[in-house]
Amino acid sequence: MLQLAAPETALAITVLMVLAVDLIALRGQTVEQRFRAGMRVSIIGCLVAAIFTFTRYEGPVINLMNGLLVVDPQTDFLKVVLLILTIFTVMISASGKFTEHVGEYLSLVLLGTIGLMFLVSAEDLLMIFISLELASLSLYILTAFNKRNARSSEAALKYFLFGGMSAAFLLFGFSLLYGLSGSTNLPEIAVALKGRGLDPLLLVAIVTTVIGLGFKVAAVPFHLWAPDAYEGAPTPSAAFIASGSKVASFYILAKILTLGFAGAEGSAVWHGYVSGWTPVIAVVAAFSMMLGNLTAIVQSSVKRLLAYSAIAHAGYMLLGVLANTPSSRTALLFYVITYALTVLGAFGVVTVVEEATGGDAITNFAGLSSRAPGLSLCLLVFLLSLAGIPPLAGFIGKFFVFSAAVGADAGHLGLLWLVILAILMSAVSFYYYLQVLKQAYVLDAAENAPAIKVPLVTMFALVLLAALVILLGCAPGLLTRHL
Amino acid sequence: MLAWTIYISFIGVLVLMLLPREAARAARIIALLTAVAGCMVAFTGSVQQPNPGEVMTIVKVPWIPSIGASYYLAADGISLVLVVLTGLAAVAGILFSWNIEKRTKEFFAFYLALIGGVYGVFLSFDVLLLFVFYELTIIPKYFLIARWGSTRKEYGAMKLALYSFVGSHLVLIGLIAAWVVARAQTGHATLDLMELSKVSFPLGFQHWVFPLVFVGFGILAGLWPFHTWAPTGHVAAPTAGSMLLAGVVMKIGAYGCLRVAMVLLPEGVRMWQGEIAALAVIGIVYGAGVALVQRDFKFVIGYSSVSHMGFVLLGLATLNTIGLSGAVLQMFSHGIIAGLLFAVVGRMVYDRTHTRDFNDLQTMQLGKLLPFAGVTFVLAGVASMGMPGFSGFVAELQVLMGAWRVFPKITMLAGVGIVVGVAYILRAMQKAFYSDAPVAGKSSHDHPLEPISTPERIGAMMLIAASLVIGLFPGLLLNWIQPCLNSALFERLLKGGSL
Repeated sequence: MLQLAAPETALAITVLMVLAVDLIALRGQTVEQRFRAGMRVSIIGCLVAAIFTFTRYEGPVINLMNGLLVVDPQTDFLKVVLLILTIFTVMISASGKFTEHVGEYLSLVLLGTIGLMFLVSAEDLLMIFISLELASLSLYILTAFNKRNARSSEAALKYFLFGGMSAAFLLFGFSLLYGLSGSTNLPEIAVALKGRGLDPLLLVAIVTTVIGLGFKVAAVPFHLWAPDAYEGAPTPSAAFIASGSKVASFYILAKILTLGFAGAEGSAVWHGYVSGWTPVIAVVAAFSMMLGNLTAIVQSSVKRLLAYSAIAHAGYMLLGVLANTPSSRTALLFYVITYALTVLGAFGVVTVVEEATGGDAITNFAGLSSRAPGLSLCLLVFLLSLAGIPPLAGFIGKFFVFSAAVGADAGHLGLLWLVILAILMSAVSFYYYLQVLKQAYVLDAAENAPAIKVPLVTMFALVLLAALVILLGCAPGLLTRHL
Repeated sequence: MLAWTIYISFIGVLVLMLLPREAARAARIIALLTAVAGCMVAFTGSVQQPNPGEVMTIVKVPWIPSIGASYYLAADGISLVLVVLTGLAAVAGILFSWNIEKRTKEFFAFYLALIGGVYGVFLSFDVLLLFVFYELTIIPKYFLIARWGSTRKEYGAMKLALYSFVGSHLVLIGLIAAWVVARAQTGHATLDLMELSKVSFPLGFQHWVFPLVFVGFGILAGLWPFHTWAPTGHVAAPTAGSMLLAGVVMKIGAYGCLRVAMVLLPEGVRMWQGEIAALAVIGIVYGAGVALVQRDFKFVIGYSSVSHMGFVLLGLATLNTIGLSGAVLQMFSHGIIAGLLFAVVGRMVYDRTHTRDFNDLQTMQLGKLLPFAGVTFVLAGVASMGMPGFSGFVAELQVLMGAWRVFPKITMLAGVGIVVGVAYILRAMQKAFYSDAPVAGKSSHDHPLEPISTPERIGAMMLIAASLVIGLFPGLLLNWIQPCLNSALFERLLKGGSL
């Protein structure tokens, strides 16, 4: 069993080591030096965990204790992705000046990652809930980490209260499911529910589960925490919430719905509505796309803009969930992973600009292309990928998800209405991404604004992320063959 | 070999990005060399193509096998015509932006990226790949206008970018729907244009998807009433930007209409044929009428583009060989002539006088001060009117002959458009260059205008020569276009279809 959980165990040991190194060895050093040392330890820990995962990759599928820990190639691959995202998060945090508690900060990031890794392996309601809470509690604290900024605490409180509510909803839904089926294991629940039809209890269970998980993925109408949390949190924390947490949450959302509620799908096709979970998701997706994109237009803070764009993207990803075919699962995972890489990069750029100019308003990006040409080229790649411009990864992801959604009901093109909405909304999104790029490339910086010095580690991470975004757009096969 | 037109352009972009910022002169020379190399490749590659009627595969490798996308570059006669046009327009545009001093290397990097994308559109025979190149052109267009443009540049740039993006998204809806239906019908996923063109899409499907895809591409071709980006975009753009917009970007829209919308959905075209022709003629007459009353010299040319692109769309709507070949020829011809007109207005006149208002230009007697500009404008103007001997005449004549067979009534209206076309060119010529209005108080002799430079002379002569050669020997291009229209790819479109 320890062998199966070896990556997570390695990470847990790393957590302790990071704390110990920071507390014992680095007392009295500057924050910068402590961050550098802590970063090295964390990255090595993540790499060791990734190696553990790799050594058993494409090994047999193992289901431990009836779904408490399921290990198969797909979960292994996702764990590696989560570890990579964590490494990048740590790298863009390394130049941060938002805290002196370096050890605590890094160990919380790693603890969150452990929670997310257990989450993707869980097929049992209890395990899902526990690992979700482990991840969420770390994220709440990470949000509050900037002690000198009242906005940070406010955001964390808001995030925590909403999170607590949604956890209660999720637990309520799970308890109903257990009552209906007598099991906490997802496939067993599906078997027990088969043939029961949609009784009111099951409907309540579906709705409360969607509420609980809809909060995690920031879908409308459970999105209210997201803009404040993204804006108030230290930028690297926001990047982690938007990337790693999103990947795992979407994976588990798709797993619960397609595995646990198999047989209660219903249908969201035009003129062919059947109640079940897909219509619920369809409505949530439609509202997320509309509200996210339309509200992002009027934002003046780039972090808030990215938050609303995250809500919109959650809408597109939900299309991948509700298409519910084998190819749509691949499409969804491709989308979520490339989105996570892209948004991590975007937040990385925001981190640097914030440090250099003192704010994240859109106008702070004015003249970025002359103040930091490399940085603004990375920003160009990330934002255009988010907008869905080919040949970047974001476009291919959108194409996969949209075509999977239309293809789910190929005979009647029943989900086309939702895809048309998604495509038109994505055309809207181009406007606000272009507003940021306009500042960077078209407008001039204020007189004698100095060049922005980008920390070497951050620049390295950003260039790598940008290269990945381009590479996965040009050769998506590199990723899809693992999904 | 033709694929190198794309690669050379993007290599040029990379080289320019690596240059130090101050190296303006080096940037110009590198850009020019890249464009000339691209143009030479386009020429020799096209001439060497043994059989322009057939689709010649250049490269075909699997790209995303799970959805049936491949990296499939190929060319038939129609592609060849447009690739050659792109090569000429690219070189001319650089010659006319020799005076860009502000962030020169970035200007040319965006410029070459745009050119590379356009070559890509004309050579792609995979629908997704074509779409990729199509969208790739949006970003450079935006920055070229917003950064280096003039009058209301940010507004014009954003309007153009949003129109293009919305248009391409309409296309995307159609593509995804067509992909799903084709997969359901044939059992395997494909985005190969040749294979998709053999699929018979259901009639109801064609009826609603065709307008989506056609309008999506048509927005960029200046299809009335979605043309409004064109005048503002052209006016806001720097000279080379307007030359490329009118010269090649509007052509990728029209090319998409023909290559994707019409070839894949032939029954759809037949259902909407009348509506397209009507919109095209409205565009011709409206564009010409509005051009007649403009005060801004560049707006005259901007609206004239809408009018001339109306002929392309009218030719497409005829669905007969002569009309279609006229449409393709008109794409080439308008690309050359509009480029030249914008060069005169933007580079030769505006960059020297800093005004485009006819009331100011009237008092300057530019015909005497800049005789070369005057003569160039006269030549480009008469070519634009459709004077025999220039390319515009052959193209518009074929379009009208084709259209006369199908829609005689609205073809007569298009004739009105030609007459108005003569009027607005003569008006612009008279007001801008040969006015006898009294010279204003502050004589322009006080600050002598910078004489027309050598790059400008070369560029202007090159474009005039191209228009003359095609006007006198249209067979050069028609020998590429016509066999292509008789090939298997266009069979369903032109011969009543398989349904």
